[in-house]
Amino acid sequence: MANMSPTRNEMPVQAPDVRNKNFSEVALGYTEEQAIDEAKRCLNCKNKPCSTGCPVQIDIPAFIAQVAEGNFAEAYKIITKSSSLPAVCGRVCPQETQCESKCVRGIKGEPVAIGRLERFVADWHNAQPETAPEIPAKNGHKAAVIGSGPSGLACAGDLAKKGYDVTIFEALHVAGGVLSYGIPEFRLPKSIVQKEIGGLKALGVKVETNTVVGKTISVDELMKEEGFESVFIGSGAGLPRFMNIPGENLNGVYSANEFLTRINLMKAYKEGSATPIKAGTKAVIVGGGNVAMDAARCAKRLGAEVYIVYRRTEAELPARAEEVEHAKEEGIIFKFLTNPIEIQATEDGWVKSVHCQQMELSEPDASGRAKPVPIEGAFVDIEADCVIMSIGTSPNPLIKSTTAGLDTQKWGGIIADEDGLTSKEGVYAGGDAVTGAATVILAMGAGKKAAAAMDKYMQNK
Amino acid sequence: MFEILEKRSLNPTVTLMRINAPKVARKAEPGQFIILRTDADGERIPLTIADFDRQSGSVTIIFQIVGATTEKLNHLNEGDCLQDFVGPLGRATETEGLKKVAVVGGGVGCAIAYPVAKKLHELGVEVHSIVGFRNKDLVILEDEFKASSSKFVLMSDDGTAGEKGLVTDALKKLIDSGEKYDRVITIGPLIMMKFVCKLTKEYGVPTVASMNPIMIDGTGMCGGCRLTVGGETKFACVDGPEFDGHLIDFDEAMARGAMYKPFERHAYEEACNLFKEVK
Ligand SMILES: Cc1cc2nc3c(=O)[nH]c(=O)nc-3n(C[C@H](O)[C@H](O)[C@H](O)COP(=O)(O)OP(=O)(O)OC[C@H]3O[C@@H](n4cnc5c(N)ncnc54)[C@H](O)[C@@H]3O)c2cc1C
Ligand SMILES: Cc1cc2nc3c(=O)[nH]c(=O)nc-3n(C[C@H](O)[C@H](O)[C@H](O)COP(=O)(O)OP(=O)(O)OC[C@H]3O[C@@H](n4cnc5c(N)ncnc54)[C@H](O)[C@@H]3O)c2cc1C
Ligand code: SF4
Ligand code: SF4
Ligand code: FES
Repeated sequence: MANMSPTRNEMPVQAPDVRNKNFSEVALGYTEEQAIDEAKRCLNCKNKPCSTGCPVQIDIPAFIAQVAEGNFAEAYKIITKSSSLPAVCGRVCPQETQCESKCVRGIKGEPVAIGRLERFVADWHNAQPETAPEIPAKNGHKAAVIGSGPSGLACAGDLAKKGYDVTIFEALHVAGGVLSYGIPEFRLPKSIVQKEIGGLKALGVKVETNTVVGKTISVDELMKEEGFESVFIGSGAGLPRFMNIPGENLNGVYSANEFLTRINLMKAYKEGSATPIKAGTKAVIVGGGNVAMDAARCAKRLGAEVYIVYRRTEAELPARAEEVEHAKEEGIIFKFLTNPIEIQATEDGWVKSVHCQQMELSEPDASGRAKPVPIEGAFVDIEADCVIMSIGTSPNPLIKSTTAGLDTQKWGGIIADEDGLTSKEGVYAGGDAVTGAATVILAMGAGKKAAAAMDKYMQNK
Repeated sequence: MFEILEKRSLNPTVTLMRINAPKVARKAEPGQFIILRTDADGERIPLTIADFDRQSGSVTIIFQIVGATTEKLNHLNEGDCLQDFVGPLGRATETEGLKKVAVVGGGVGCAIAYPVAKKLHELGVEVHSIVGFRNKDLVILEDEFKASSSKFVLMSDDGTAGEKGLVTDALKKLIDSGEKYDRVITIGPLIMMKFVCKLTKEYGVPTVASMNPIMIDGTGMCGGCRLTVGGETKFACVDGPEFDGHLIDFDEAMARGAMYKPFERHAYEEACNLFKEVK
């Protein structure tokens, strides 16, 4: 019997006043009962509208049907046919604009909580005793993966399963890409990321951290001297943008990347950490995406009063709805239609306040989008001792500038075709390095596609 | 893991270490740096590649004990391993077209200046080295500099080593005496580099300064190492660490360098206490 409740099972969460002081995971996950009850809300639609909203086309009704029956292991198998990182995507996918936006139950009520069910299945699987994976027979071919974010991990995993000898080269001392250095512990526990990486290592994938491709070794050297027949570039879009306004280099001004890296990668939030962080007593975060929400919620947890300053309105916030909701509950103050134009200094070179221009939305232009325009003479100063610039990132030019024959777009994105093939034979790319800052699931999907193409290439060489 | 092959104390607060890091040694060039962590909970700190041996795969670093991490590093011994050691990072020193260069180093900055002087010397460039220290106990790499320079001037604040005075005094004297340099390369405390650059600007001698802001990743990802050069924001880890000294905003760099002072003081004292207890 289907569960016809118009509302989904609520996700148990830590209370806002408690969680905004700790770094433990906010959402606690469904119990088995809740998961089965939620799964029963699915109508098992023949045409699978939900799957069309998933960038990697997980067979959603099929896995949910197994959850409804209590066959969690079977559900896990179905998900992992299409996805390499279900415990991650179930947590961080913008489900409301993807799979769940297409769910028929969403027409009259709330859509089935697909993401939460995916997370439940993955967590259930991870809680089972470990079984040694089947080690695929080696096929004698060597492939290299640059970057250990979701695109690189997915690509490496798929190649390893086909028997390739795969090595991941990672610049930082920890693998995981944004999953490790960017997205905070309270949204994505690092133990989950390390478990995924452990799984790859068990498959025989080698992970060489502390290797900056383009500096320590070049793409051409990997191919010509180290014997890698094909290379996947999943180096992400990690170069932070600044606004180029006066005062941006004052003490107390961070890029979101620096702020989050200090906290997540270097564990600066922990008592006794060797790496310092200064969230101040009043922090202003500039921007409105997931990254801004993460920076804001971290600053809050470090004890600051936190403002998010965004030049459009709430309706245009690019962050996931759930993150905005969580941020508000945690006491983060939003200042919409506000655009910083100068950061003002104390006498000794620290941030004192942020001087902002007030904005209004114009009539929608030809593209139908309303642009924020300044309201003449309307300014506001927000006092702050910490400012975090979270206005986007672009691909790092390091690999492009050291790899002859690798074509990129003007803005830095590597040019790659449908399969991820770049302008250089045998070299593939995917994820944020190609698209610019996007999502975990898109990066993962690109890694899988490229793995399939690389397999074909190496087999036919 | 990266084994410490050799450890040598150069003066009471400056230590040399040779580290087994073949991948870094293979690509290293003068002017570049590495980032290391001593242990799994450690901070990432940048240090210049003072020397390297491609054959044996070793990289030499020379560091001054200034805070918690350099203190911890100094407590490691030959045979111990470093947790992480990544590089070579940053751009190598540009040497093309140079015929006569003054290398001006101050304090531990001399450790960074020395490989540059050595490389220039090997390329057949005429090198004049001017190095300054607070007093004679702090002098490092004197013989090494002498071997790589056709002129070597040693200065000290108190006159206990070489001549009494600042490196800027010595540089000014040389230029006034008619020495014509294609370039001055200066590496040392920010305040020293600021005044070297001020002097050479007056004389119109092109000058490169090696900057050492606070860094985390060293790959252009965090922006923590940013500084203003000619009105533009640059990332020292990828665009530098060497920049046109006449365009650098030194005052901003000095303010940024002090950002974590109170925290660092505290961490340093904790580290020192920790080692006292162990002893
Ligand atoms: C704070 C934050 C929050 C986010 N929240 C969400 C969210 O909730 N949901 C969502 O779907 N997406 C989110 N995203 C976006 C998502 O994380 C990215 O789209 C995704 O991680 C991109 O994956 P990737 O594999 O392309 O690259 P990345 O994850 O960026 O990984 C690239 C890796 O390559 C390494 N690398 C770079 N250059 C080199 C080199 N030269 N040599 C060796 N290694 C190199 C980097 O160190 C890094 O580890 C968020 C991003 C950030 C920053
Ligand atoms: C590209 C680059 C190359 C460098 N090369 C060398 C080198 O070859 N030898 C060497 O001894 N040092 C070098 N440094 C400086 C070195 O990184 C710092 O001394 C080190 O990070 C201090 O760490 P700590 O934890 O011991 O001290 P901290 O506790 O971090 O700092 C102690 C004191 O040192 C100051 N300080 C911190 N970081 C720096 C810095 N980056 N530059 C200058 N002062 C700093 C602090 O303001 C404080 O007063 C280099 C720095 C950079 C960016
Ligand atoms: S991977 Fe993301 S989009 Fe696909 S089903 Fe899971 S939550 Fe939905
Ligand atoms: S659209 Fe919704 S109800 Fe239909 S199969 Fe997908 S999840 Fe189930
Ligand atoms: S150290 Fe992070 S960008 Fe330079």
